[in-house]
Amino acid sequence: MKAGRITGAASLEDFCRGRLHTAGRVAAALAAAAALGVDPVELDAAADARTPSPALRVAARKLGRQLMRAARATWPSGELDALAREFPKGAHQPVVLGLAARAAGLGAEDAAHCAAYESVSGPASATVRLLSLDPFDATAVLARLAPELDRVADQAVEAAREVVDTGVDALPAASAPLLEISAEVHAAWPVRLFAS
Amino acid sequence: MHLDHSHEGASAVSADARRPDGSRRALRIGLGGPVGSGKTATVAALCQALRDELSLAVVTNDIYTREDAEFLLREAVLPPERITAVETGACPHTAIRDDISANLEAVEDLEDEVGPLDLILVESGGDNLTATFSKGLVDAQIFVIDVAGGDDIPRKGGPGVTTADLLVVNKTDLAPYVGSDLARMAADAKAQRAELPVVFQSLRSGTGVADVAGWVRAQHAAWTA
Ligand SMILES: Nc1nc2c(ncn2[C@@H]2O[C@H](COP(=O)(O)OP(=O)(O)O)[C@@H](O)[C@H]2O)c(=O)[nH]1
Ligand SMILES: [Mg+2]
Repeated sequence: MKAGRITGAASLEDFCRGRLHTAGRVAAALAAAAALGVDPVELDAAADARTPSPALRVAARKLGRQLMRAARATWPSGELDALAREFPKGAHQPVVLGLAARAAGLGAEDAAHCAAYESVSGPASATVRLLSLDPFDATAVLARLAPELDRVADQAVEAAREVVDTGVDALPAASAPLLEISAEVHAAWPVRLFAS
Repeated sequence: MHLDHSHEGASAVSADARRPDGSRRALRIGLGGPVGSGKTATVAALCQALRDELSLAVVTNDIYTREDAEFLLREAVLPPERITAVETGACPHTAIRDDISANLEAVEDLEDEVGPLDLILVESGGDNLTATFSKGLVDAQIFVIDVAGGDDIPRKGGPGVTTADLLVVNKTDLAPYVGSDLARMAADAKAQRAELPVVFQSLRSGTGVADVAGWVRAQHAAWTA
């Protein structure tokens, strides 16, 4: 926003579309694979490999730790307990999300949809706070992205099924260098409104 | 006190009284109240009063800085590894009541890293009169107001004033200068809180400091009983 890249609903939509097809696609595939029962420790390593920015890796683990707490309180499960024991400071959030979906009795499609939606809903609500964008405009951006979001989720589930057969290398590895670079720049600011 | 249940498995979920290794966790006391009422100064005074008898740690909550933690570090009330700053990034009450995960992580990490601990003080970022701590985060809470904020605050009430386990009315040394009527504040607080305790404190003159420390000591004795 400071750099003038997001100034209103139209540029927010472009930003969200970019994030959906990169970070969102990877997160959705990770979540779908975890929901299908792929080893979450392997998925976590794959998430690390697909997240170049150390600040984003830290943020993903913090969010994973928070989600883990909520999930264990809501849908107690041996698999969640085991992952919490393996990663006391947090596993990557999409992996925890997929396992939480599994514990809640949901399928890979649901997990992929949640992860893909989260990849765009965060920036939209941040824009409402930082730019005082009309919240209805922000919601409209998300609604217009819905068909694309469905496609990303479907592809993520396909990739996750392939992971079951051939291993984690079948996960997508799309990335957006500017997201990674700005995450590093942001982490060095002395005063921050958001954790990442 | 409360919530003595525990979860099987890796680690505590929220207010579980036992840590993963089965030991009893530290007592957690929250300090809330309006900006500038003297929460950080009260935390500092409590650390000085109790650090020789209890193993202590502090979590501060600031909106987007670490100023409270830095103040406590400058005052050297505790070694630095016993003080953790949580940046809430949003309304402070959210982090102590609605989404307590960042604060839970801070208290758990302190216990892992510098424990065993007897007591963890969690200071809320200054907020309005409705801010209270979740029972999932703390076992008891102190609400700190000051006489300079207006002597009608106890009368106005609000969840902090009426339900906190201890109400501290701070900066009594300033009462003559701001025209606050301490007797009226005491009567209003009594009306709002019935049997719940109130301490009038001045960190300048030292009045009441021992009473607040004594209350905390009693909470700890009850927790370990
Ligand atoms: N006169 C007087 N000043 C106090 C007292 N307690 C705290 N202060 C001052 O009030 C200001 C705010 O205190 P602080 O503890 O940072 O408030 P917080 O925002 O509630 O944490 C500081 O300048 C303190 O030195 C007191 O009992 N009397
Ligand atoms: Mg303070």
